[in-house]
Amino acid sequence: MDILLAIAIMALGAVVLGALLGFASVKFKVKGDPLIEKIEAILPQTQCGQCGYPGCKPYAEAIANGDEINKCPPGGIEGVQRLADLLGREVKPLDAEEKPKQIAIIDENTCIGCTLCIQACPVDAIVGAAKQMHTIVAQQCTGCELCLPPCPVECISMQVIGENIDNWKWKYPVVEIKSEMRKAAAMKAAA
Amino acid sequence: MLMNLFKFKGGVKPPTNKTQSVNLPIAQAPLPSRLVVPLHQSIGGMPQPVVEAGDKVLKGQLIGEADGWISAAVHAPTSGTVVEVAMHVQPHPSGLDALCVVIEPDGKDEWIPREPVDYKSLPPEEVRERLQQAGVVGLGGAVFPTHGKLTASKTVPMDELIINGAECEPFITCDDLLMRERAEEVVRGIGIFRDLLQPKKVLIGIEDNKPEAAAAMRLAVQALGESFAVVQVPTLYPAGGAKQLIRVLTGKEVPASKRSTDLGVQCFNVATAYTAWRAIAHGEPVVSRLVTVTGNVHEPRNYEVLIGTPMDELLKLAHPHPDTDGIIMGGPMMGFLVPDRQVPVVKATNCLIAHDDRLFPPKAPEMPCIRCGACAQACPHELQPFEMYWFSRAKNFGKTQEYNIFDCIECGCCSYVCPSRIPLVQYFRFAKSEIWAREREKNAADQAKLRFEFKQLREEREKAEKAEKLAKAAAAQAAKKAAEAVAAAAAAGESGAAPAADTAAAPAVATPTDAPTATVNPEKEAKRATIEAAMARAKAQREAVQPKNVDNLSPEQLKAAADIEARRIAAHLIEPQPADQTAPLDPNN
Repeated sequence: MDILLAIAIMALGAVVLGALLGFASVKFKVKGDPLIEKIEAILPQTQCGQCGYPGCKPYAEAIANGDEINKCPPGGIEGVQRLADLLGREVKPLDAEEKPKQIAIIDENTCIGCTLCIQACPVDAIVGAAKQMHTIVAQQCTGCELCLPPCPVECISMQVIGENIDNWKWKYPVVEIKSEMRKAAAMKAAA
Repeated sequence: MLMNLFKFKGGVKPPTNKTQSVNLPIAQAPLPSRLVVPLHQSIGGMPQPVVEAGDKVLKGQLIGEADGWISAAVHAPTSGTVVEVAMHVQPHPSGLDALCVVIEPDGKDEWIPREPVDYKSLPPEEVRERLQQAGVVGLGGAVFPTHGKLTASKTVPMDELIINGAECEPFITCDDLLMRERAEEVVRGIGIFRDLLQPKKVLIGIEDNKPEAAAAMRLAVQALGESFAVVQVPTLYPAGGAKQLIRVLTGKEVPASKRSTDLGVQCFNVATAYTAWRAIAHGEPVVSRLVTVTGNVHEPRNYEVLIGTPMDELLKLAHPHPDTDGIIMGGPMMGFLVPDRQVPVVKATNCLIAHDDRLFPPKAPEMPCIRCGACAQACPHELQPFEMYWFSRAKNFGKTQEYNIFDCIECGCCSYVCPSRIPLVQYFRFAKSEIWAREREKNAADQAKLRFEFKQLREEREKAEKAEKLAKAAAAQAAKKAAEAVAAAAAAGESGAAPAADTAAAPAVATPTDAPTATVNPEKEAKRATIEAAMARAKAQREAVQPKNVDNLSPEQLKAAADIEARRIAAHLIEPQPADQTAPLDPNN
């Protein structure tokens, strides 16, 4: 009798806990693959396709499925490092040369208004209309270079974004220990 | 006036070094050889230049127009000629260039027509507008456009208006001298702020090492019949920090990521009040400011200096000692060595200190942190600098934010007390600018992602719309054809020309040319019929068109053309044309 009661209690417990777990798995279901989202958050979203995939999200999916992490030149070596940290993989040198940040500039005197670059721009950063001058909205341009090949008159050039007062950063404090030590010693001697 | 004062935690008491520069009254600095006026002199939007090289400008003429509400206009500091609008080195630790208007003075110092107004007769919006147009910004050093701070919050009642005359940083005495010599105008300026904000009380905080300034201000307040309280606060660096002064005078502590206006307090510098009064009551935009020139010089003194004056020319007035090896802009705690001695004085320049190794001995090398906690005791914001230091040093920026690095006002107390001489503030500045840069990048990436996804969505939608349209058109076409075919069948049935078949529909779609294959799909048949009809139409059109360039030719031209044709045929370039094809060449045709 006792053993039956024990079995019944255990069975009841199993049913209740099972129902709870089942409910939780429905209620707190994780939508999408969180890993892909995390990878995508690291990628620079230039949508340039230099990795060989049509956009950052497809590349993030490919990385999650085991592709190399060093195919994103706009992300730079820092991006590779962060991907390596996230995925527990080894840091590899970039597959292509790292370029400084740049934006596209349309030479508006040469532009014939063919709209080909507008169609090529992945982030709609080019404004213009057929047979009208086109121009690039600098704040939106990701520097992906996708507008360069379709231009029939080669009026688009890439311009490196230089350091200016607005984007200047304080440098990491570095003290030259050797020269400082010498100076301190000299001061002590003078005193 | 006796008043219950409060205390803020921490703070340091460095040697004030203020007595050197208060012995002489304010002097007017002479016109420099040229003025380099940076356009971006306030927080907020970058003013756009409205003059060009070669333009003649008068003193006080607008040269840079405010860009947006949080931005302040820039004016020509004297009359003269604009030499260029170009990039020049800025008084900024980066040593980078920014857009400046370079003016060569003509020596006349001729004002534009000034428009003094009685602000009491103007609506408040217009007073704010006038302050923006006059380029009035916070002259305590943060250069925030003043008009942007002069709108009272709708939700929180304005309790206190604090006027900051503490001037806590060593060496600097420009606010002290301003209050001593121009107290009346300062008090009148405070009156403008009071009328715009309608606070319950106005408190003027002055450190107790400036008794002359406090006395002068009290006299002026009495003379003008105002009810402002002049309060002497204990001398303790950084009592002049806005949040510290608010704490000392009102006991209110501004929490992290909140503004003082959320607590019903607003704070202005005395020099800001002075320039606001000059701007409104005299119509004079901000073209000059008081600058303390001190440090390693023979004659430390305060000068009224035109904005844009090269710093080395200003320093020469005070006769610097020959061993001066640099210029510090600002005080010794928060200032920085300017990258170039030629950089101009700007609205944020309150003090120039001639630097030499005797006044500022080179720091001995940085030693490891010994976790003594002295920095935490000195921090006026009750932060934990040692924690922020470790994480900044390790570039663990998320953790620095957890320790509220953005509440750090970079006052330098922690670096000042650090026994290991660690440049803590430099680490915090590095961490802050790195976090900002990442934030910018993150925002740009998010926006690019959003735009990319939207573009994809739009392309897909367009494709779907196109397909739908095509399908609709095809369906319409098919229906039309079917209707036509039915009509044709009916006609055919009447005449009895179509051979009788087992179904009525099949012969109905048959055209006379392919009646024997009448069993094929009626739709296909209809399509073929249209194609054939179109081809026939095109052929007819082609035949109808005749080249027009050979009409009405003279006999000589005809002959030349015939000769060319003959030569071509002879050279086997073209096949001899049949007679009817060359016929159009004949004008008589």
